[in-house]
Amino acid sequence: MPYNCVINQDDNLSKAELMNLIQSYAFAVNDLTLYLDTHKDDEKALQLHNQYTRELRNYMNSYEKKYGPLTMYCPCNSWRWIANPWPWEGGNN
Amino acid sequence: MWTYNKMLQYPINIKQKDPRLAKWIISQYGGPDGELAASLRYLSQRFGMPDTRSKAVLNDIGTEELAHLEMVGTIVHQLTKDASIEEIEKAGLGDYYTDHGVDVYPSSASGVPFTAAYIAAKGDPIANLQEDLAAEQKARATYEKLIDLSRDNPDVVDALRYLRQREIVHFQRFGETLRGVQDLLMQKRCFMMNDGTSNAKLLTPCNAEVKSENND
Repeated sequence: MPYNCVINQDDNLSKAELMNLIQSYAFAVNDLTLYLDTHKDDEKALQLHNQYTRELRNYMNSYEKKYGPLTMYCPCNSWRWIANPWPWEGGNN
Repeated sequence: MWTYNKMLQYPINIKQKDPRLAKWIISQYGGPDGELAASLRYLSQRFGMPDTRSKAVLNDIGTEELAHLEMVGTIVHQLTKDASIEEIEKAGLGDYYTDHGVDVYPSSASGVPFTAAYIAAKGDPIANLQEDLAAEQKARATYEKLIDLSRDNPDVVDALRYLRQREIVHFQRFGETLRGVQDLLMQKRCFMMNDGTSNAKLLTPCNAEVKSENND
């Protein structure tokens, strides 16, 4: 499966870098999901999905802590959900 | 149910606005082979699918198409954002602008409003999946034409190439699903369609868990 990439485990990732990682991992999870739907016994794909979903959650948690919610299910102290930019407005989101 | 993730599936940042391209690209928003048609088609067909594999595939590809709908709308929006009225007119968007301003209205490149007539949910898993295969090819072909038309705008081409590639992958998944459904039909343990014999009524309707040995 063509998902080999070296991840920089730097904790000081910028907003753009974090979002890039989240989009990349979310895409990989999505693609693996479609593949597993028709290949449910593929152990390697399942293991990759498992690994990527965990890493995705980590990155999403890091992002949300610093930059605000990515879904409405994120607990928050102020309603940053409505804040700009919205995804269709560009600027890497 | 759907959760909204406040991000695009693939980043879109168009630096060079071009309303002329928006007029054509909107066909993948509300046109006959566009993402609204695709998502509605798959999410409607999923209710009648006969096994866990086909239900999952229709559900999950239908969901991804909603993300693509958002991407196409985003491209149209970014191409027309802050365009002057002269730019709108020069791009041939005067008709569209009259009724929609620079909103993103589900229509085709030639201005035909979206209609559910673009999709079928035939109550037949084989017919539905054959349509889905054709739909993915038509979408892929349309993206290729849009890429031709957008050749001078690399940010647009980048997004269109991604969307085109996804259609190819979806086609692959639907092919696997169709084969699985055909295998299920061959087993004759359940019925999916009335084949004109009285045997169909003696079997139970299909709601099969996909067995491991059937996977391609």
